[in-house]
Amino acid sequence: MNPKEAIQNLISRMADNAFILGHRNAEWTGIGPTLEEDIAFSSMAQDKIGHAFQLYTLMHKYMGGLSPDDMGFNRTEKEFLCCQFVELYTNDYAYALIRHYLYDHAEAIRYQLLRSSSFRPLADLAKKIAGEIKYHTMHADLWMKKLTLGGNEESKARMQTALNEAWPYALGLFEITEAEESIMQAKVFTGEEDLKSQWMAHILPAVERFGLRIPAYAEPVFGGAKGFHSHWLSPLLEEMTEVFRTDVSTEW
Amino acid sequence: MKSLDPRIDKLLQDMPPHPSAYLEGQCWEAYEVFQQPNTGESYSHVGSIHAPDPEFALLFAKEQYGRRSHTANMWVVKSSAIVAFSPDETDIFDTTPEKVYREPSEYNKVRDKIIQWQEKKQNK
Repeated sequence: MNPKEAIQNLISRMADNAFILGHRNAEWTGIGPTLEEDIAFSSMAQDKIGHAFQLYTLMHKYMGGLSPDDMGFNRTEKEFLCCQFVELYTNDYAYALIRHYLYDHAEAIRYQLLRSSSFRPLADLAKKIAGEIKYHTMHADLWMKKLTLGGNEESKARMQTALNEAWPYALGLFEITEAEESIMQAKVFTGEEDLKSQWMAHILPAVERFGLRIPAYAEPVFGGAKGFHSHWLSPLLEEMTEVFRTDVSTEW
Repeated sequence: MKSLDPRIDKLLQDMPPHPSAYLEGQCWEAYEVFQQPNTGESYSHVGSIHAPDPEFALLFAKEQYGRRSHTANMWVVKSSAIVAFSPDETDIFDTTPEKVYREPSEYNKVRDKIIQWQEKKQNK
């Protein structure tokens, strides 16, 4: 794969993840556990969609990709490269928090590594949004701590259950695609394996400190980065593009 | 007091006997939030927040009050830690504006003289 296609693959995956997870997290707006938490979670969902927008814009501007609107609202399910983890619907806040914790730490490390990317616009973006990502992990860390170490039997049990369910999907965050070699050769990114090992180095001891257990064996849920999605994505895209599709060419 | 509207009655059923009588486990403590717009500037009171503990209070304050315009830093203080005068005591401040002799107006005259001299020096 040539470097340009490889970079587009990487940015698409990142942007689609942020976009879909932003949408999922925004589903909690109005029904969060408390007012303040509802506001915080919604605000972070907005941040995620903002990151997606900036990444789509980057692709559009530097690599001739589709416009951000078209990337977001005018593609088919197969064209999305998000991991399956971010597609899953949940009405269990414990699961939402576990996903928030696992995903956002991976994202934080990814952006940290991208600061030294050979693709300058991406490196600049990584530096610019570092502060926003920091708050996301700060938020996730505090909730994890309070619901485990500071929690009761119920909260600990719910967090453990959520972790058990989320773990295989979390491992699916680090899917290797055909673009991987080109990405690493062009020094755009140090690669999913590197990201995964740094993420594990942080997450495993942290989860242990919280008093939770990582499942002994889990099969990573791959496929998303190659356009193979869970049954959750199609209805999500249907709903998300409903207004856009009523009049594709209209100006908002 | 019973309402003619059964929906109002249903709503009132769950209310605590007195507005400030919080049901157990249903209310967090209140915190006051202060925001510093830019480094070195004063912190000003921007509002209040409910949270289970100080760490959450700070975390929530960031999104409640730091969403728009620039913020350099924030303080959160338990509302119960604030010591203030009671409303019927605030008349102790009534006559303060009349006490003109407390104003540094003479210093203003000195400042004006200094500015005048500086301008004269520049124009030479």
